[in-house]
Amino acid sequence: MTKSFDILIVGIGGQGTILASNVLGEACLREGRHVKGAETHGMAQRGGSVETHIRIDGLYGPLIVPGTADLLISFDLLEALRYSHYLRTGGKMVVNRHMVLPTSVFTQKGPVLTEDEVIAQLARSGPCLIDADRIAVEAGSSLAQNVVILGAASWSIPLKPESLLAAVKKLVPPKTVEANIQAFEMGRAFGRTC
Amino acid sequence: MERHYLLGNEAIAHACLESGVGFVSGYPGTPSSEVVDVLRVQKDLTCHVEWSVNEKVALENALAAAWCGLRAICTMKHVGLNVAADALMTSAYTGVTGGLVIMSADDPFAHSSQNEQDTRCYAHFARLPCLDPSGVQEAHDMIAVAFEISEEFRLPVLFRPTTRICHSKGDVELGDVVPNTRTGEFHKDPRQYVVIPAHTRILHKKLNEKQPALKKRLVEKGLNHFTIRGKNAIIASGIGSSYVQELLPPDVSFMKIGAYPVDEEWLGKFVQQHEKILIIEELAPVVEEAVRQVAGCVPVFGKINGYAPYEGELSPAVVAGIMVKAGFLEKNPFASPTSVQDLPMRPPILCAGCHHRAAFYAMKKVFGESAIYPSDIGCYTLGIQLGAVDTTICMGASITVGSGIAHSGESRDVVCTIGDSTFLHTGIQGLMNAVYNGANMTVVILDNRITAMTGHQPNPNTGVTATGVETPPVSLDAVCRSCGVTFVETVDPYDLTGMLRALEAAKTKKGVKVIIAKQMCVIVARRAGVKRGHYAVNPETCTGCGTCVRFGCPAIELVDKKARINELCSGCMVCSRLCPVGAISREAQK
Repeated sequence: MTKSFDILIVGIGGQGTILASNVLGEACLREGRHVKGAETHGMAQRGGSVETHIRIDGLYGPLIVPGTADLLISFDLLEALRYSHYLRTGGKMVVNRHMVLPTSVFTQKGPVLTEDEVIAQLARSGPCLIDADRIAVEAGSSLAQNVVILGAASWSIPLKPESLLAAVKKLVPPKTVEANIQAFEMGRAFGRTC
Repeated sequence: MERHYLLGNEAIAHACLESGVGFVSGYPGTPSSEVVDVLRVQKDLTCHVEWSVNEKVALENALAAAWCGLRAICTMKHVGLNVAADALMTSAYTGVTGGLVIMSADDPFAHSSQNEQDTRCYAHFARLPCLDPSGVQEAHDMIAVAFEISEEFRLPVLFRPTTRICHSKGDVELGDVVPNTRTGEFHKDPRQYVVIPAHTRILHKKLNEKQPALKKRLVEKGLNHFTIRGKNAIIASGIGSSYVQELLPPDVSFMKIGAYPVDEEWLGKFVQQHEKILIIEELAPVVEEAVRQVAGCVPVFGKINGYAPYEGELSPAVVAGIMVKAGFLEKNPFASPTSVQDLPMRPPILCAGCHHRAAFYAMKKVFGESAIYPSDIGCYTLGIQLGAVDTTICMGASITVGSGIAHSGESRDVVCTIGDSTFLHTGIQGLMNAVYNGANMTVVILDNRITAMTGHQPNPNTGVTATGVETPPVSLDAVCRSCGVTFVETVDPYDLTGMLRALEAAKTKKGVKVIIAKQMCVIVARRAGVKRGHYAVNPETCTGCGTCVRFGCPAIELVDKKARINELCSGCMVCSRLCPVGAISREAQK
């Protein structure tokens, strides 16, 4: 049995993890490869922590086992830390260098972590940290942060960047295609450096 | 053939179109909702598609369509089948003419549910066939088979995908859409459709007589199959069989169960060829009990003897652990790394600007911590984080639990919350009952005009049908008054003063009082282009008292001991009314 390439995408409901999954799935179809995935839908989406599993060349189940992910993509610093145990030894981590503090911190007086503290804790995984907001705004749309991060991660994904970019073009709203192409390219250029 | 990357539910919906479905009904419930959501927006529909008010209503409609000869599908989540169970049990007796597939989506691990019940047990109870897919492609392919079996045996067929099928994705091969060409026609036959005792006794016997041939056919259709490879065997069903296939040693036989009832003779032959058997299935030990009946002296490992869990969902790691424990795998291929401990939780939360939060705030302000707050099933169950949800059991049970508490001698105020969709689902009967029996309580209907939690499906309160046809919206006020409620007030919960005043008035009165807290769901409002501006905190005035932060809106943060409003703000302005020093106001237009 061929080994699948397992990607865990995590973030906060509403940040676009599902679009990222669709881009990867569509790119797999373009390359004639099998793919399996699992997503969070329903109530859990409402601003909660969400996880999306994608197994490129996956033939059986959609779930990735902790300790075996080849790549962890996180749209939020804190979520990267929460799911860091999913990464295999030597796996790659691409993380948005931004943290949304959970409301629970304010309402239930939970522990407050700073971005620097989280980055320090992530250091042993050697993450590629990316300021996705800044790059997305430069690319023309702050909503394209997910595509920026995908671009940065594309160096570690065993799919052709052309396939990923074609999938982005197909799946984003027509009015935002240009900004998203730009976001992917700028993210990819950044990803080369880390 | 072109392949598509689809959600399980999208693939299931497409399979319905490939089967020439003529009637679609359902009530939204995670993880089942997207099937009807996909079908209802198809162009050139050749079938009737409706969101029904509850699962019993949905099933009875679909059953009648199948009596008239159409192919019908009815969708719901597992607990919805409890609501539909009355119709389900006797539909097995009456049977169908056109194919009827009842999709009841199970939710192992209760990702988005109040329990972990197993639809396969209902199938056994009703003596109906049940198809149990192991992946997205198989879920798609099983729909055609389900319709064939339903029409061959003239029985409704249960279809039981789970969360990890409905909400997983895969590359799927689809077939061509087959338009519905049938026109429904009801043929009168009281012996079939009027289940008076004299008829039903005969119908029950006929149902039982169908079983042996049905069991054989499920094997012939390839839904249950096996490969013999060694002395030991694993028998698996559902998504569990996918996990087993990832781990299966080359010398272990494998049987996949995809449909019930399982043919005992066929199963017994397989079991007797092996020295020991391991069963992998989610939730109830349905396959295991069938195996144990035919196993004789062959040792069986499963839930009943403690090798596998009854609760929760399986995963490759859990299955590997079971295989090691039962001696089917030498060592677990997965290390079990521990997650980072003590991180701040990020549970789902009511949206920024959600009017439910404002309603809960006002309720607690007027009725206080000691009042009892029965609630119901919807986004507003998240009000538990605001201390405004004391009970939730099932759809419609806020008002009934409330009246039960009120009648039990409890002297504290009872204040229930229920959403508009849930009220129309099974809340009205509870309200009528509470008025009839003289309960003292306040009911707050959290009316956002939509079934929000499951993905914004329209309901009779919305003014539009599933397929977008305009329809007169139900008047909740008139419904409540017709149940005998004399105190019915409709208030905009963003108007905190008005909300407090209505609740104060309700508090002083006896009997059942209803307040309809009516405002558009913020997500719907955003999609509809409603712009209310953005609010900001004046740092000079802010004293950092935390009143606004404790309100729990994700748009409000505390940074360096001052409140700050982030870009999530939807302009509901409720926080500006809470601030004791008037530090929050609308930002000037940029």
